Amino acid sequence: MKMLKSTLAVVTAATALGISGFAQAGATLDAVQKKGFVQCGVSDGLPGFSVPDAKGNIVGIDADVCRAVAAAVFGDAKKVKFSQLNAKERFTALQSGEVDVLSRNTTWTSSRDAGMGLVFAGVTYYDGIGFLVNKKLGVSSAKELDGATICIQAGTTTELNVSDYFRANGLKYTPITFDTSDESAKSLESGRCDVLTSDKSQLYAQRSKLAAPTDYVVLPETISKEPLGPVVRKGDEEWFSIVKWTLFAMLNAEEMGITSKNVEAEAKATKNPDVGRMLGADGEYGKDLKLPKDWVVQIVKQVGNYGEVFEKNLGKETPLQIDRGLNALWNNGGIQYAPPVR
Amino acid sequence: MSTHVFKPDMPPPVKAVGVVAWMRANLFSSWLNTLLTLFAVYLVWLIVPPLLQWSIFDANWVGTTRADCTKDGACWVFIQQRFGQFMYGYYPSELRWRVDLTVWLAVIGAAPLFISRFPRKAIYGLGFLLLYPIIAYTLLHGGYLGLATVPTSQWGGLMLTLVIATVGIVGALPLGILLALGRRSNMPAVKVVCVTFIEFWRGVPLITVLFMSSVMLPLFLPEGMSFDKLLRAMIGVILFQSAYIAEVVRGGLQAIPKGQYEAAAAMGLGYWRSMCLVILPQALKLVIPGIVNTFIALFKDTSLVIIIGLFDLLNSVKQAAADPTWLGMATEGYVFAALVFWIFCFGMSRYSMHLERKLDTGHKR
Amino acid sequence: MQNNIGAPKGLSLSDPRVRAWLFQILTIAFVVGLGWYLFHNTQTNLQHRGITSGFDFLERSAGFGIAQHLIPYTEQDSYARVFVIGLLNTLLVTFIGIILATLLGFIIGVARLSPNWMISKLATVYVETFRNIPPLLQILFWYFAVFLTLPGPRGSINLSDTFFISNRGLNMPGASMAEGFWPFVVALVLAIIAIVLMVRLANRRFEATGEPFHKFWVGLFLFFGIPALCVLLFGAPVHWEMPQLKGFNFVGGWVLIPELLALTLALTIYTAAFIAEIVRSGIRSVSYGQTEAARSLGLREGPTLRKVIIPQALRVIIPPLTSQYLNLAKNSSLAAGIGYPEMVSLFAGTVLNQTGQAIEVIAITMSVYLAISISISLLMNWYNKRIALIER
Repeated sequence: MKMLKSTLAVVTAATALGISGFAQAGATLDAVQKKGFVQCGVSDGLPGFSVPDAKGNIVGIDADVCRAVAAAVFGDAKKVKFSQLNAKERFTALQSGEVDVLSRNTTWTSSRDAGMGLVFAGVTYYDGIGFLVNKKLGVSSAKELDGATICIQAGTTTELNVSDYFRANGLKYTPITFDTSDESAKSLESGRCDVLTSDKSQLYAQRSKLAAPTDYVVLPETISKEPLGPVVRKGDEEWFSIVKWTLFAMLNAEEMGITSKNVEAEAKATKNPDVGRMLGADGEYGKDLKLPKDWVVQIVKQVGNYGEVFEKNLGKETPLQIDRGLNALWNNGGIQYAPPVR
Repeated sequence: MSTHVFKPDMPPPVKAVGVVAWMRANLFSSWLNTLLTLFAVYLVWLIVPPLLQWSIFDANWVGTTRADCTKDGACWVFIQQRFGQFMYGYYPSELRWRVDLTVWLAVIGAAPLFISRFPRKAIYGLGFLLLYPIIAYTLLHGGYLGLATVPTSQWGGLMLTLVIATVGIVGALPLGILLALGRRSNMPAVKVVCVTFIEFWRGVPLITVLFMSSVMLPLFLPEGMSFDKLLRAMIGVILFQSAYIAEVVRGGLQAIPKGQYEAAAAMGLGYWRSMCLVILPQALKLVIPGIVNTFIALFKDTSLVIIIGLFDLLNSVKQAAADPTWLGMATEGYVFAALVFWIFCFGMSRYSMHLERKLDTGHKR
Repeated sequence: MQNNIGAPKGLSLSDPRVRAWLFQILTIAFVVGLGWYLFHNTQTNLQHRGITSGFDFLERSAGFGIAQHLIPYTEQDSYARVFVIGLLNTLLVTFIGIILATLLGFIIGVARLSPNWMISKLATVYVETFRNIPPLLQILFWYFAVFLTLPGPRGSINLSDTFFISNRGLNMPGASMAEGFWPFVVALVLAIIAIVLMVRLANRRFEATGEPFHKFWVGLFLFFGIPALCVLLFGAPVHWEMPQLKGFNFVGGWVLIPELLALTLALTIYTAAFIAEIVRSGIRSVSYGQTEAARSLGLREGPTLRKVIIPQALRVIIPPLTSQYLNLAKNSSLAAGIGYPEMVSLFAGTVLNQTGQAIEVIAITMSVYLAISISISLLMNWYNKRIALIER
């Protein structure tokens, strides 16, 4: 009996060890290349950032960042699959490996960067929290919101920043939190809350989804810094660099005036050494990142440079009509700035 | 000789038959009863006419956009326009015949099981149960036989609701039976393991189970190993549901008289053979209504997948109601979803009652 | 019971006892192995990805506001306090829901057995409608299609200037302590003691002499009389503060938020349909002979129901009723769909997301529900044992 028991124990332990031994293998890039697509976490529907169109395709600037990563890795921007995540599930989904990159208007903060096993790869959009109110209330400043009922999306930095702001200004408020932005918007519309608060870009997006957008106004105050950007898991420098430099490449392309229209011509016949290095005409800068030589060409050709992506999803031609503002390039009055490729 | 001829019976007094008598007996037998009847009539009058007015007489039936809904009542145009999405989710519209075919195959394939005189029902049923999931998966998911692949992220609507519920019950049955046997086992270790498992899953809400299986399951698995979101939800549902099935089956096992166990043992049958050949066939027959009831509960519970972002019927309705071009249609959407759920659940509960009467072989004491 | 004659000596696989041992060892090994495997994977994953673990986060300050808290709360309070608030909100819904659903369920259940055709049919329609619609759908319906479509605070439905119904909820006068509060509490306690004594005395007298006593009416008199006297002597126990429309919303008084109303209403209606069925089958399980026997002993209709039928029906009713209560407690977690701040949406939602510690948070949440389930079933088992039929 005793021998049987101990044999069993050894066998079990050995099996467990054997299985966990193979558990160590595999960095994100290898896994992505093996399965043949990038799994990208996006929002549950935010116009301009990531929202399903009539056919269920996800469109928006956040989705395009993922497409750019796919274009860099595979040379094909279509090799990406999207998971729609609400604010509550996003980090667990990334931590657990369900998605390879989380590009979901997520604010970069120290606790998220350090304590959650995540790392931010850059900033796609510099944002700040604002307030959306019905014009009928006759409110012109956030300071007049004492006693208001405020709709907030659950589990966001907004929840914390609004609380800070109101406390700092000695105002009172009642928070009503919802899981999805649709629910918050609906509650604003029905009058359950007086104010909808979120990142300003989202407020414009949500206003565009209301039945009577012109009845609502975004108050002038911006009460916080909300740098939004793609997030990857910590501990995989290789994958982190790829996502980071994909974003930088899009910014650099805009700075150098390379667009989806002229990129192929520029790649062949450029005289600018910066452009040559970036587009792979000169040197093998993609190799360090374990990417093909023409990675930037593919990104810009299939997805576009940062400016193009911004205009396509958020700019003047869209219902959102958001100004570049802080998100203009550094040499154009904004703070978007990318290190050079060399 | 004269034979005695019976006179025809006198008709019963007017007060004892007919509508009047019925009303006297059932509605106005005492002053309290009369009061109650009047109260009930008032309630009906309060609820039914406005409801009919809203849903039928004042409702808008034809049109294509919100602007076509001019009357005060319900705007069923919304349901008509979004019907495809409610039924199939984002399943590509040119491939929806595959879903329809899967459903028809299920109906046709399962029909013989409901004909009581169909020969070799057990063998046919088993074959159907083994073969059908493969066919259904091939048809729905595609990827084989030249069928285009439709990833599960595009599945949705009523179809997804049905898929989750069916897979949930089919997966949970065998596990539940094993757990029930384990719980009644006289081996203490097995019993403790089974009781703990059952009580754990029965004690926690499905919503936390779904959340766990959706976002935390990959943390429990080796790195790099992950599977489909829908599959993860199904695993959660199966584990959760097996605990409930186990309790239903245990009820059946307890209802089988001890003599049956003893008789099986006397025949020299071992544990598994006595269970499979003697006890389980009787016990399972007894608990079929219970299993159907569990299935109804599961069917209703599938609506919770909304929490983990799957687009079942309810979530599709919710999504569609948030569409700015159809704002204010939430009521119509929810009423429609409620009606669909109600039809399925009510139908199944009637079936379960019918079975209960039919299968009552007198074991219950 | 084991018959050892003819059993092979020593250890052999054909000995059922050996097989049983072996099977159990295998089971335990499998369970332990699986547990260890999952634990190991989780550990590796957490370490590899640098995710903080442990329960230190409970001490940190939460920093967000909560719509409804039964105990005082400010943003500087810790996550542990947020947890308690979520738990209390869950218990509140469960408690109110259980009481209302039991009342409604008993009424509907009895109505289904009513000889009145209209009443019994109405009750049937109620049961068949509401138990066949998913509770989440009912919650969403009540919230989005009913409560949120009510007028705003300015156009609220005004019930004699004391109650206001709007899409901000039900505003009502709030009570605060006044000078007569403590005397009133003392008077209430005295009244209860007096009633208990009176009932005991009356019962003793009834057993000794057989003379009935109007316990109910005297009890009612005591219950209201003593506190009323106290109010006359010491003044009102509480101040009533009326809700006033000020700024965006009502100020002062108490408010039942629409999330709470929708959740309670939906859960009550849903669970009552099941309780009605349980009550009906419970009452029907008592054979008619019992009624006839009671009547032939000379008991009138009331005592027949109270002393003969209901005690017997309760035996059948209690066990399934328990599981309905448990279901209600678990269904309260569906509030996540409408943003009522209970356990799942507040703790397993917001806190989880602010801290990112999924495993700890989900583990705490699940154990709370397990604890609730186990305590309700223990309580009901104890009660069940107390009223169980003692067969001779």
